Amino acid sequence: MKPVLFVLPAILSGCAGAQSALDPQGHSALLLRNLILAIVIVCIIVWLVVMAMLLWALLRRDRPKQGESGVERRMRTAVIAAVAATIVIITGLTIASFYTTRGLGPVPNADLTIRVRAQQWWWQFIYEDKDPARTFQTANEIHIPVGKDVRVLLDSIDVIHSFWVPSLAGKQDLIPGRENVLTFRADRVGSYRGQCAEFCGLQHSHMAFLVIAEDEQTYRKWEAAQRSAALEPQDAELVAGKAVFMARQCSACHTIRGTAADGSSGPDLTHVGSRQTIGAGLIDNSRGSLAAWIADPQTLKPGNNMPLVPLSSEELRQISAYMESLK
Amino acid sequence: MAEQHSPVVMDTDLDDAGLVHALDVTWGTRRGFWGAIATVDHKVIARRYIVTAFVFLMLGGVLALAMRLQLAQPEARIIDPDRYNQIFTMHGSNMMFLFAVPVMEAMAVYLVPLMIGTRNIAFPRLNAFSYWVFLAGGILLWLSFLLDAAPDVGWFAYVPLAGPEYGPGKRADIWAQMITFTELSALAIAVEIVVTVFTQRAPGMSLDRIPLFVWAMLVTAFLVIMAMPAIMFASSTLIMDRLVGTHFYNPAEGGDALLYQHLFWFFGHPEVYIIFLPAVGMVSTILPTFVQRPVFGYLPLVMALIATGILSFGLWVHHMFVVGLPRLGESFFTASSMAIALPAGIQIFCWLATIWAGRPIFKVPMLFIIGFIVTFVIGGMTGVMVASVPFDTQVHDTYFVVAHFHYVLVGGAVFPLLAAVYYWFPKMTGRMMSEVLGRWAFWLIFAGFHLTFFPMHILGLQGMPRRIYTYQPELPWSGLNLFVSVSSIVLAAGFLIFFIDALRSWRSGQPAGDNPWNAPTLEWATSSPPPSPNFCFIPVVGDRNPLWSTPGALAVASGLRVDRRELLVTSVVEALPQARESSARNSVWPFWAALATSVMLVWSMFSPWAVIWGSMPIAVTLIGWFWPKGTPEDDS
Repeated sequence: MKPVLFVLPAILSGCAGAQSALDPQGHSALLLRNLILAIVIVCIIVWLVVMAMLLWALLRRDRPKQGESGVERRMRTAVIAAVAATIVIITGLTIASFYTTRGLGPVPNADLTIRVRAQQWWWQFIYEDKDPARTFQTANEIHIPVGKDVRVLLDSIDVIHSFWVPSLAGKQDLIPGRENVLTFRADRVGSYRGQCAEFCGLQHSHMAFLVIAEDEQTYRKWEAAQRSAALEPQDAELVAGKAVFMARQCSACHTIRGTAADGSSGPDLTHVGSRQTIGAGLIDNSRGSLAAWIADPQTLKPGNNMPLVPLSSEELRQISAYMESLK
Repeated sequence: MAEQHSPVVMDTDLDDAGLVHALDVTWGTRRGFWGAIATVDHKVIARRYIVTAFVFLMLGGVLALAMRLQLAQPEARIIDPDRYNQIFTMHGSNMMFLFAVPVMEAMAVYLVPLMIGTRNIAFPRLNAFSYWVFLAGGILLWLSFLLDAAPDVGWFAYVPLAGPEYGPGKRADIWAQMITFTELSALAIAVEIVVTVFTQRAPGMSLDRIPLFVWAMLVTAFLVIMAMPAIMFASSTLIMDRLVGTHFYNPAEGGDALLYQHLFWFFGHPEVYIIFLPAVGMVSTILPTFVQRPVFGYLPLVMALIATGILSFGLWVHHMFVVGLPRLGESFFTASSMAIALPAGIQIFCWLATIWAGRPIFKVPMLFIIGFIVTFVIGGMTGVMVASVPFDTQVHDTYFVVAHFHYVLVGGAVFPLLAAVYYWFPKMTGRMMSEVLGRWAFWLIFAGFHLTFFPMHILGLQGMPRRIYTYQPELPWSGLNLFVSVSSIVLAAGFLIFFIDALRSWRSGQPAGDNPWNAPTLEWATSSPPPSPNFCFIPVVGDRNPLWSTPGALAVASGLRVDRRELLVTSVVEALPQARESSARNSVWPFWAALATSVMLVWSMFSPWAVIWGSMPIAVTLIGWFWPKGTPEDDS
């Protein structure tokens, strides 16, 4: 198969910041990338050897006569040798696999624990604290301190999903009624895209999230900001926006801490303005995209659970301004 | 009923022409619509099965092209997500349950009786029943698709997505019932094959002289018999959760979503080998003809088939490496999954040795076999990769896996199947397929396949999950996806030429003669296409390649009656003649029984009472089926 060799250098380089298993930015992903490369290279060599044998068998000129002495014996020896080589190779690969698994072993004390609750079709991230007042949650975006072990507790409230940030770690399923644990670490500052990897229904394709790795100081600042309740709007447009939010169905599903809105079936919007994307990684966050989303969520992400709430253009402008202000 | 003793006619009583005529009267299929419905001739039924399965292949291929159209560009809006989910579910379910498994079994229904030198398959009426049930299951699934109500939960229908709470409507029920239809037909054939191979082999065909395709089908039949109960349990409990409110898979009531996955894959992994083992059996049988020497390593090849069959039941957890099972358990399944590379390797090496020692003839079937080896080795390698737990955590449920299983199923099973069609087409129709169109088909399919599926490995490693209906433009996948979509047209063109060739050759191909390839196995000892009783006299076998070792006329056994359907029963190990056994006549009752069964199964999606009321017509049809009708066969 011709593409193999030419393609290899191209895939080795990967592309930075992308959602790629070949672009490791953390301890686990690096170990996995090395294992992947090792196995792929061994397999390419084996494949080339087998193909060389096939070509020779097909094209060689001096064919043995039927019943020629020694032919059967030579074939037997060759087949036994090849089988022995197969045993050695797969044993080697199995051992390499075991050692990688051990290298990925559970970390006894993670520096940060985040509860992940997947649902159709977005991610709820809860930063738990012993003091419930300090607990906060966000959606479709987590921030983590770089170089620290992060443990995620994975659960689902509806169907099976899978948590996968290829640049940081292998995937792990979120299964209703069970709690899975995954530990990973980002070794470089950056923003890493993750995506649901287990088919979960209509909008499985649009169930992405970002992991943003920051230095300790930036992370602490972010954490403190997220912990605080939403600011009371001062500007007249924002006040009007808040009033629309409270008067319409919005607050039945969404929470904005510090206000009367305490719905829980949709993402927590306390700091929605601080997030980079909306709609679970669907579009970049801006006042315009917020307005587009609120005006017609079913066109942007058909089948998602947010209903179309009829709003006048005035109300739409106010409410999206208010959303944007929730930094 | 008064006993009427018709005069006993033995095959030795007649001259050649008289014998041919008498056998045809006894074994033939009546003309006309009801004759076609009633036939129990394994060749007629198998031909129907094969044609139907290839129609499903074509339909499934069209679905694949639709998916590639949607994925050619980021955020395309050609197909909406609801339709897309139906399409990929249909594609997978259709290809696995309506094409791959049935077509392999159908090839066996046609070939096994001929290859072992008998006149019909065991339980011929069950065989007819099996086809009608399969057809009903296929129609059910495709009808639901036309009505925009097809299953949309993936071909393994994981709960809770397919459960009562998240899978509204009848979609998942249709999937589960389609499984019931196809497993019923597959089980029926499996039982027929086991009994046929164990009791009806030509005298002298001891266990170590059975053609390798027949060995492969025997192992496959046992896999079907042992794996199907797991899926039967899974789909039945799923449908009970949905229809009568049980809680097998509801965690809130003490059920377990993972139980479903264990059950499904305990069937699902052997399923892969139910498709793959017949294919390697085909390769081991066809290859010797095109190198004109016996296959090297008959015994290791048989052992490899059996070992693959046994190991296939110890691998299912490698489909579940990311659900959070204990590490020790996962490691065991890594080792067992790696171990299956061993029997696969043994087979590859034996084939290479056979080619090395023989004189290759590069006809179309041989091209497909070479294409198979080139492709399947890659599929095997990626199989070793996903067997490693840590490797799998990065590629599980991505396009890497999509690439892997297409390499294994298309490269590993469809290529040998196409070789088999080109190889046995002359036997089935009496006409040759075109060498020229065959070469075009081969090169387009081979190149189109690799261009389509190889880039998917890279897409998977670049983080593209499977089963997404679209992706965003900022992700680095657009270029390769467009390339894949364009390449899929090349692949489709190859299949189109193959279908055109098959249809054209069926009508007007060159006459083939009995043994156009100078092949060594028994099916080539009779005419092409074979007469309704297959052989005028049952052949007697002295070694593994009877047509090569006795180039003249084969030795035959005589002493069977020709005025009624009679078979020769031989012993299991040595194939020593033991008894004459009658074989069932044509009957319309299997058709009515299949119809009644289908009505009951479809009805049961709407009311559990259907199981009670619907079984009454089934009982009536079964009584009709088994009621003694005073035929000579009943007297025996």
